[in-house]
Amino acid sequence: VRTVAVVGASLAGLSAVRSLRKQGYGGRLVVIGDELHRPYDRPPLSKEFLSGTLGEAELALETDDEDLQAQWLLGVRATGLDHARRVVRLGDGREVQADGVVIATGAAARTLPGSEGLAGVHTLRTLDDARALRDELTRGGRLVVIGGGFIGAEVASTAYILGLDVTVVEAAPTPLAGPLGETMGAIVSALHADHGVRLECGVGVKGLSGETRVDAVLLEDGRSIPADIVVVGVGARPNVEWLADSGIALDNGVKCGADGRTSLAGVVAVGDCANWYDPRAGFHRRVEHWTGARERPDAAVATLLAGGAVEPGVPRPPYFWSDQYGVKIQFAGHAAGADSVTIEAGAADDRDVLAVYRRAGDPVAVLGMNQPRLFTRWRKQLAATAS
Amino acid sequence: MMIPACRLEDLPRGEAHRLDIDPPVSVFHTDDGELFAIDDTCTHQDASLADGWLEGCEVECPLHASKFDLRTGAVDAPPAKLPVRTHEVAVEDGMVYVRLSTDAPNLPPCISARLAGGPA
Repeated sequence: VRTVAVVGASLAGLSAVRSLRKQGYGGRLVVIGDELHRPYDRPPLSKEFLSGTLGEAELALETDDEDLQAQWLLGVRATGLDHARRVVRLGDGREVQADGVVIATGAAARTLPGSEGLAGVHTLRTLDDARALRDELTRGGRLVVIGGGFIGAEVASTAYILGLDVTVVEAAPTPLAGPLGETMGAIVSALHADHGVRLECGVGVKGLSGETRVDAVLLEDGRSIPADIVVVGVGARPNVEWLADSGIALDNGVKCGADGRTSLAGVVAVGDCANWYDPRAGFHRRVEHWTGARERPDAAVATLLAGGAVEPGVPRPPYFWSDQYGVKIQFAGHAAGADSVTIEAGAADDRDVLAVYRRAGDPVAVLGMNQPRLFTRWRKQLAATAS
Repeated sequence: MMIPACRLEDLPRGEAHRLDIDPPVSVFHTDDGELFAIDDTCTHQDASLADGWLEGCEVECPLHASKFDLRTGAVDAPPAKLPVRTHEVAVEDGMVYVRLSTDAPNLPPCISARLAGGPA
């Protein structure tokens, strides 16, 4: 491998660049990023950055003295992959010749159809999104968050801290039931009511009203919730449109093996756009966690440099965290396969809980609310059981 | 100055002991039997590294998975960017002692702001 192109300049892309250098790759390295910014950390965008306690400089992922000997092409989008010619095509007409490619193009926030061009309506994915939303939140008013998932809940929590009047609308009967299960989803999303934030569940959004600027969210049951600002937090879709004519296998993102390999030789994929095979589960899972974007490039780069000749190690159970209303929420494993959830420490009413999910008696996931010490112990145990 | 931390027999391998001094310091006993002392607070955000995931000569922050090398204090994995201080450890008569570094600590922004009297 003489030239590697890393397509995507966020955490997964940067981690791939670091892994390449760490694993001894000394050749040419080109990083392509559609945003103008150097790699930055996204989790604070809905929390400390949005509330104004953390500035932009602190979001930088690179250290001051870091020199990865890479060429950075920022503010330009990859528009195609020509595998036969070993070329990545760029939106400005340029081409990058590379015999190794790391796909790390991430995911994009889903939007609400019909909300385009209406002022006061936001999604939150990028630094520019966060800047725009922060500017609006500081003016105060009534915020309606569409979607009670983690992004929506974190934005609601931050807006509550900033003193806004906040309503969260969730189409499902229980928010977070997908990632946390019904029982714990209900307990975690009770944090909204604890702080006087209204939570409307089990009702869909019909549309938004407003001429040039949004003034209300229209619900499917006929109600209308007045709004000065609306945040749409209804998930993300993988950024893989640019690969449509590349011949690469796509299925809910780039379809990958357990080591990051794709259907094309010399091409691996990591991060939110990559749908890796989970050997323990026996099916593919696209994981959108920060820790996956940070850790999986190590394996994918090893695959790339070895030409697929390495046996992938057993990955740790996926881990993510969320901060809401001052409560540290942590989760590891998979809730979906569990047949029981028990509270092992703390009390749900105190929002201070360590809950273990089991399947046929074996722990498969763990949730912590303000329990970092116990959580880490269970997380380690989960990894030991799983491997 | 040597500060007594704990008895060695009370600190099994794979465990950490936090000294509640300001800023706090933790002593780690690795699975290989080595002892290391570093600042307990992650340099990224307020979290106790004693609660973290100890593996080899590395500890992973319990919250955001930053990794620090116990031998040097260096950052091995983001989101942290600044190293933690390391402190000298000695064992005498079964007692673990720590000699504190005289370097300035790298505290996370929220703690630095609190110490300066600003908003946390």
